[in-house]
Amino acid sequence: MAAPRLPVLFLLLALLVVACRGEASGEGPRGRKVLVLVDDLAVRSSHSAFFGSLQARGLDLEFRLADDPKLSLHRYGQYLYDGLVLFAPSTPRFGGSVDQNAVLEFIDAGHDMILAADSSASDLIRGIATECGVDFDEDPEAMVIDHINYASTEVEGDHTLIAGDDLIESDVILGSKKIDAPVLFRGIGHAANPSNSLVLKVLSASPSAYSANPKTKLASPPSLTGSAISLVSVMQARNNARVLISGSLDLFSNRFLKSSVKKAGSKLSHEKAGNEQFVTETSKWVFHERGHLKAVNVKHHKIGETNEPSMYRINDDLEYSVEIYEWSGTSWKPYVADDVQVQFYMMSPYVLKNMSTDKKGVYSSSFKVPDVYGVFQFKVEYQKLGYTGLSLAKQIPVRPYRHNEYERFITSAYPYYAASFSTMGAFFIFSIAYLYHK
Amino acid sequence: MAAASAATTSALEPLLRSLRLKTKQQELLLRVSALALIYVLAFAVRLFSVLRYESMIHEFDPYFNYRTTLYLTEHGYGEFWNWFDSESWYPLGRVVGGTLFPGLMVTAALLHRLLHALSLAVHIREVCVLTAPFFAANTTLVAYAFGREIWDSGAGLVAAALIAVCPGYISRSVAGSYDNEGVAIFALLLTFYLFVRAVNTGSLAWALASAFGYFYMVSAWGGYVFIINLLPLYVLVLLVTGRYSQRLYVAYNCMYILGMLLGMQIRFVGFQHVQSGEHMAAMGVFFLLQVFFFLDWVKYMLNDVKLFKSFLRITLTCVITVGTLALGIGTASGYISPWTGRFYSLLDPTYAKDHIPIIASVSEHQPTAWSSFMFDFHILLFLFPAGLYFCFKRLSDATIFIVMYGLTSMYFAGVMVRLILVAAPAVCLISAIAVSATMKNLTTLIRTKSKSPQTTSGKATGSKAAAKGAVDQPLPFQHNVAIALLLGAFYLLSRYAIHCTWVTSEAYSSPSIVLSARGHNGGRVIFDDYREAYYWLRQNTPTDAKIMSWWDYGYQITAMGNRTVIVDNNTWNNTHIATVGRAMSSYEDEAYEIMQSLDVNYVLVVFGGVTGYSSDDINKFLWMVRIGGGVFPVIKEPDYLVNGEYRVDKGASHKMLNCLMYKLCYYRFGELTTEYGKPPGYDRVRGVEIGNKDVKLEYLEEAFTTSNWIVRIYKVKPPKNRS
Repeated sequence: MAAPRLPVLFLLLALLVVACRGEASGEGPRGRKVLVLVDDLAVRSSHSAFFGSLQARGLDLEFRLADDPKLSLHRYGQYLYDGLVLFAPSTPRFGGSVDQNAVLEFIDAGHDMILAADSSASDLIRGIATECGVDFDEDPEAMVIDHINYASTEVEGDHTLIAGDDLIESDVILGSKKIDAPVLFRGIGHAANPSNSLVLKVLSASPSAYSANPKTKLASPPSLTGSAISLVSVMQARNNARVLISGSLDLFSNRFLKSSVKKAGSKLSHEKAGNEQFVTETSKWVFHERGHLKAVNVKHHKIGETNEPSMYRINDDLEYSVEIYEWSGTSWKPYVADDVQVQFYMMSPYVLKNMSTDKKGVYSSSFKVPDVYGVFQFKVEYQKLGYTGLSLAKQIPVRPYRHNEYERFITSAYPYYAASFSTMGAFFIFSIAYLYHK
Repeated sequence: MAAASAATTSALEPLLRSLRLKTKQQELLLRVSALALIYVLAFAVRLFSVLRYESMIHEFDPYFNYRTTLYLTEHGYGEFWNWFDSESWYPLGRVVGGTLFPGLMVTAALLHRLLHALSLAVHIREVCVLTAPFFAANTTLVAYAFGREIWDSGAGLVAAALIAVCPGYISRSVAGSYDNEGVAIFALLLTFYLFVRAVNTGSLAWALASAFGYFYMVSAWGGYVFIINLLPLYVLVLLVTGRYSQRLYVAYNCMYILGMLLGMQIRFVGFQHVQSGEHMAAMGVFFLLQVFFFLDWVKYMLNDVKLFKSFLRITLTCVITVGTLALGIGTASGYISPWTGRFYSLLDPTYAKDHIPIIASVSEHQPTAWSSFMFDFHILLFLFPAGLYFCFKRLSDATIFIVMYGLTSMYFAGVMVRLILVAAPAVCLISAIAVSATMKNLTTLIRTKSKSPQTTSGKATGSKAAAKGAVDQPLPFQHNVAIALLLGAFYLLSRYAIHCTWVTSEAYSSPSIVLSARGHNGGRVIFDDYREAYYWLRQNTPTDAKIMSWWDYGYQITAMGNRTVIVDNNTWNNTHIATVGRAMSSYEDEAYEIMQSLDVNYVLVVFGGVTGYSSDDINKFLWMVRIGGGVFPVIKEPDYLVNGEYRVDKGASHKMLNCLMYKLCYYRFGELTTEYGKPPGYDRVRGVEIGNKDVKLEYLEEAFTTSNWIVRIYKVKPPKNRS
């Protein structure tokens, strides 16, 4: 009997060990295999600093030409990669089985992407960007021009090299260290689709910028002007897939990363442009090394009990708790905030409360079930800029009192009890007296 | 030899004589066997549906009753009483225990338990299916007793026979029609019978029995309001016609007080007996009776006409003032609730149409057509006035009652189709009086005729009828005419029997959840699409999925599909139903928002365009628009009509062609050829080619369509990932 049991026991032990290790080392939210698609393998060397920083963080990059005929994102229904870097702005068509829809499905399956376009970006790249809520300037020759906030160089150029410093205020996306130096940008501008609420402008153009073809004379007013122009945008889809779209491939290049920058009209000269910090930090965000939250252990129970009931009664006191952790790049750390709210919801929130945290990741709140029965939901809708969205909903019915849960005797009704019983007694006596007393 | 044989016969004679029954015993035997046959007949005639389809629950409401009965048998009465059902009316839920009439479920559960105690291991479904026929059979016994009470045992027998097969009653009591009415008609007739008996005898015991009958009725069906209004009306009529008696006083007071107290024990009814406007008539008559009794006593004590008259004047003024004041204050302070819409719509047939579309939308709430009177009553329709004539001819407390019951219920039957059911027993009883009285007269005529040569020639003795016959002598051919009339009556009655069987078999035995039609070669084609769809839901959707459909299908989805529904046939929340109506009649994007707010996962529509099944959602659609528009004025009926005409072809309005209901019903329908020689997209119900063949769905996707396209289920897509 013991013999067949032993291997099973070992297997279980092994599984346990594996499980424990997984728990201890902290599996990150995303895998580390990234496909880099380039137009020209020269990009690999011209942008090596950026790729180097990715690899240094443990990402496993695979470089392929965008028109490689053997290109494929998935095999046997499994995706081969966890992320995609699209540095192929002019590719008219991908090789192999990959096309626009394949890339979009890749994102919809919960994978991340960095997309860099350039002036004269292909329709394919524009199409992908449009589907992600970003519209590039329709003029293929257009570039972002800024006659005031350009980066001054030795030769007086056409002011298409822009020193952008209008960055989004988000520590999650850009890191906690402030980017002091302006970010160099040369490329095409885009606008966020106003109907898309998921796109964020990370690097915006200054109010004096506009998008036009620098080589020709401006015949009509430019379609994109001012700070409506976005230079770099990010989009976090509802399934928490993250996409970064930049109008400039040069932004990631070694040349821009290493060069010094001096903004026109400004006396301050920076030794090094802000690009390196910018691309490192945003790529950390895109590949979920920062700002990824997970909620586990959703619990609710009546105060004074520990078991989770299948149904509450009106006016019950209950406690709701959830653990929220944030991925720090290496391990899951407790997430600390004071604005996580829980709703007790039935068509509209009947209870909306801030949850208190013990700073170890546990958020909890206790409240009284409203005096309304129905099918309620515990809802935590936590959408904070830059963080992955947390959307927890747990259905729980709330029933009215049972017939025997009311007070059996009401003190204030004692006179009525007395009245009715005395009447009954009196009637009985009266009947006897009337019938038998002659 | 002759002597010997004579001796043996004389020896056998006493034996034979002792074996031979007396006339009275013969009559009893005949009566009992006739009643037994009627009892069996009443049960058997209702089994067509079981034989033709299978032992299954019919229609819509019975599915709810079945589900609750199942719950009752599984969890016991305490749980049933406190049952909060989170699967219907999402997200509001329904306190089932407090919002239903438990009589039917408790009856079926008790029958089930009884059968199990007898070691008959039947499933509760079989009990539910056969409850209605069983109670219909019992009703015949009550009808017999009632008929005997108001006329004679002959009328009772005829009444039992008539009601056993009356289509108006069968329509709600075939096997599988597991609805409140199935037991309620029995309870109704029983209460009336016991009350009339109490009035006739003046016995407290019968009045008490009647109160219990009333209690059962209250527990079984909302139609008890008819009793609690008809009885006071009857008492009032007796008072006015000077037929007040101690018997009436005892019967009504006992019945009212005890019945009211018992009725209050039903949670759904609660304090309505003292707080609702619909029950105030009974209370008013109760007080009036006391005043009447008091006046009677004063009159007896005073023994002075003049003095009494002035006393009468004072008392009456006081009583009327106090009564009106009490009623006025009660109504104004809200203690007495006003009449409900249903009650108004009974008194004024046009009320619901103008004010409460949700009541008017139900087909069984429509005013009755003449044809359906004919269909449901057949010859009873002609016998009814004749019976009334006989009743008036022999006026008594009992006949007054049956006349009033007949007339009021006939009026209500004219207002609402479903109330033909309430009128059926009265019509049967009154017709039975007509039949029985006529037959009796005719047979006596025939008998006297055959005896007449002797009676006229010799002795002037004979029965009373014979004497009458002698007086009526002048009429020629009386004998033959009587025979002819009798034969005619037999012919009519046999036609009635044939008609009833035919109606039961053809019209009232369809479960309506399984449809059948005649194929090209005359054979039966069965469409089992409903169950196909509900089982699909049960097998293929997540257990907490929420299904949106028009409310008609709510009970069936919860009972058979075991999924949560947004609205169902218990139409207690008009706003919630209107929200669903609004979603169905909006454009897809607006509907999507509504569906998101209600957490809808699937949408179910019923569509008959392929099979020609006419009671589908497109035909019900205008009611959704009206009900939706009643609460949300953005929905306007004229938007869906063209020149006041409802159409689905090319000439239909833009809104009609693009609203959610249209899209869901006709999605991919444009590709389908339904009938030979017609263009694709030909709707066989409306008989037109549809106007929007290129239906594109953006927020929903087709999940399942049954084999005959009768039920179509769509899945609501989640919000777009990237926008």
